[in-house]
Amino acid sequence: MRSDGRLLGPGGIAFGLLAAWVALPPLELRTSIGPLLLGAAGVGAGALALRTGDTRRGRFAVAAGLLGGGLGVLATHSSTPHLEVVVGWAALLAAMLRYATPLLFAAIGGMISERSGVVNIGLEGMMLTGAFFGILGADKGGSWAVGVLVGMVAGGALALVYAVWAIHLRVDQIIGGTAMNFIALGLTGYLFVEIYGDQGTPSGISAVPDVHLSFLRSVPFLYGSIGQLNLLTWVALGLVVLSSAVVFRTPLGLRLRAVGEHPLAAETVGVSVFATRYTAVVVSGMLAAAGGAYLSVGFVDQFNQNMTAGRGFIALAALIFGKWRPYGAAGACLLFGFSTALAQRLAVYSQHGGIQIDVLFQALPYVLTLVAVAGVIGRSIPPAAVGTPYTRQ
Amino acid sequence: MGEDTTLLGRYRLLQLAGGAVAPLVTAALAFLVGGLVIVATTHKAPWGVYGGIFDGAGLNWLLPWTSGAARVDAGYNLQQTLLYTTALILTGLAVSFAFRCGLFNIGGQGQYIVGATVAVWIGSSLAGLQPAAHIVLTIVVATAAGAAWAGLAGLMQATVGAHEVITTIMLNWTAVWVASALLGQGGPLQGANTGDNPISSDVADGAKLPIVWGDPLLQGLSIGIFVALAALVVYWIVTSRTTLGFGIRTVGASPEAARYAGIDVARSAVVAMAVSGAFAGLAGALDILGWQFRLSVGDVQASQIGFIGIAVALLGRNTAVGVGLSALLFGSLVNGTSTRNLDPSVFRPDLAGNLTVLIQGLVVLFVGADVLVLVLLRRLRRRA
Repeated sequence: MRSDGRLLGPGGIAFGLLAAWVALPPLELRTSIGPLLLGAAGVGAGALALRTGDTRRGRFAVAAGLLGGGLGVLATHSSTPHLEVVVGWAALLAAMLRYATPLLFAAIGGMISERSGVVNIGLEGMMLTGAFFGILGADKGGSWAVGVLVGMVAGGALALVYAVWAIHLRVDQIIGGTAMNFIALGLTGYLFVEIYGDQGTPSGISAVPDVHLSFLRSVPFLYGSIGQLNLLTWVALGLVVLSSAVVFRTPLGLRLRAVGEHPLAAETVGVSVFATRYTAVVVSGMLAAAGGAYLSVGFVDQFNQNMTAGRGFIALAALIFGKWRPYGAAGACLLFGFSTALAQRLAVYSQHGGIQIDVLFQALPYVLTLVAVAGVIGRSIPPAAVGTPYTRQ
Repeated sequence: MGEDTTLLGRYRLLQLAGGAVAPLVTAALAFLVGGLVIVATTHKAPWGVYGGIFDGAGLNWLLPWTSGAARVDAGYNLQQTLLYTTALILTGLAVSFAFRCGLFNIGGQGQYIVGATVAVWIGSSLAGLQPAAHIVLTIVVATAAGAAWAGLAGLMQATVGAHEVITTIMLNWTAVWVASALLGQGGPLQGANTGDNPISSDVADGAKLPIVWGDPLLQGLSIGIFVALAALVVYWIVTSRTTLGFGIRTVGASPEAARYAGIDVARSAVVAMAVSGAFAGLAGALDILGWQFRLSVGDVQASQIGFIGIAVALLGRNTAVGVGLSALLFGSLVNGTSTRNLDPSVFRPDLAGNLTVLIQGLVVLFVGADVLVLVLLRRLRRRA
């Protein structure tokens, strides 16, 4: 029985993927029954796997069945010509990476802060700060590199203020983070209007370049998906690998995690809780700001008031969804980026009347995170000392 | 160590020590820093700018020497300020009530949106209904919807221990996008013939709240303000004079002690969140039936009323009187800096709007710190 049970989880996941696949080219199944049945099979296999004790893969199978079935049904409702637009797979992957980039920066930043035991609700504000000062630096400094740097310094400065409040003044971290978000929103909006007025940021500001991998030209799929990504996208992906290595494979990371799990024990063996937390919070602010700078200097090459529009909170969601782990958080960022990319492509669907699917899709990261914190896809357990100020004995 | 390390412990201390002084210092400090920003960026005298905001909010109506046409204008402005105050009292209470139970309801914005969306739905349908019944039905259902939205967070906290800060943030954004889809193109709440600029139908005339001061066509003050004032009284009675309030405050002060005393801690969390959400949902309903009458995707995405409620509650120290007064302060700021009300020769309204957000952030920032100052004072006193 045991050997049979082990196949149920992966099988369920496969069914879930299949449910979405049949509705897309080249098969393009046009009835909802197919995806529904396959999705249900995925959920069923997942449920069985859960009963045999394979909780991890079982839960993934349930999630894959639900998602795949849902996506498949949605896709069958799109008309075929639109589907061709929907499924330029390479373009879709490229779009996913583009949308995921700012989230990756902010989520990794948030992870570093929270691993040290400081909640960072202010990610959104730090991101917005990076977006504004990024474009300001690129405009006045004449180079995108200056822009990204100025943005990161500004985000780090805001994070430093927050760190003083959260670590030294022991102010409630949720209140402090909320204050940061308001201050960043007010300050960037104020300075934006003051400096750029009604005209907005000028066009032609130096932008972060794309990396053209021309040797991939012979493989259209690869070239289409990763051949022309923004430099900062590659940096973000590298950051995931690097942060995972640092946090889980180095003494530095061990200290960081120790401070977040049991600060008193860390202090006892000579790790400075305050220094570690200050560093972590400032680094998190700088990374979130880099994500913001990508938005303004890399992605759209302009700034608008409140242009991050909740992405800091999506990053927070990704961090929780990914269980405070770099690869988990990155996976969640890619999933959320994919849902945004797909929603953009599905936008044509709403022209037939009926509710705008692309708008509704924007709620997906938040709903998934609600499901995650409810413990449906395995419990998300934060670092033990997160949110608790440390008092030196 | 001990009581001053928890947020509520600090608030208890503050209530004993600070009274009205600390909030006043906090607000003054925030306005001072805001003034510095004004001087640094525009070289204008901050008192002139704040004076312009004061007039824009219509607070000069209260001055006996305002007369003639200025007095009429001031009246209009003050009516609008009080409309904002109405909503802010309720979203402030939404944060305060949960606070009393040791829960931080960041989700006032989402609960407000849910209330407003439900209100516009029921208010614009059922046109044949008798007016009083239509109003009551709309308010009750919208309030209940807000309660349910927040209750979900309470339930998740009580059953699986999901942190209410995380769940309410997620519920905020879920509410924003679901409401946007419902009100947007092709959505069930989109009004007829509003193709490219989707907006809901207007609420039926019978469902509009009676106006007590001013012109119904010029956003006069509706009876909603009395509902909000009554909510303050109810809040005071429930928290300080009932078994329910006692239980909730006990859970907030110490869940372990409450459990030992036989109070159902999980149930208290759900009830506290639901009541909080009811306040925010009510705010949404009163805004729709009192003066907005319709809702657009832009309204939903730009609304900040629920978020400002956090600053209102923090500055008001979770007391009924404090919430009322700080709602008036923030209502004046929001209205006084609006493009419509601020004299552009005094200060650019688009700058001033951002100044309001900044001041709000500074208030929240200093609220935390001034509590700490009091804790330090107390320690010094003990040492002396």
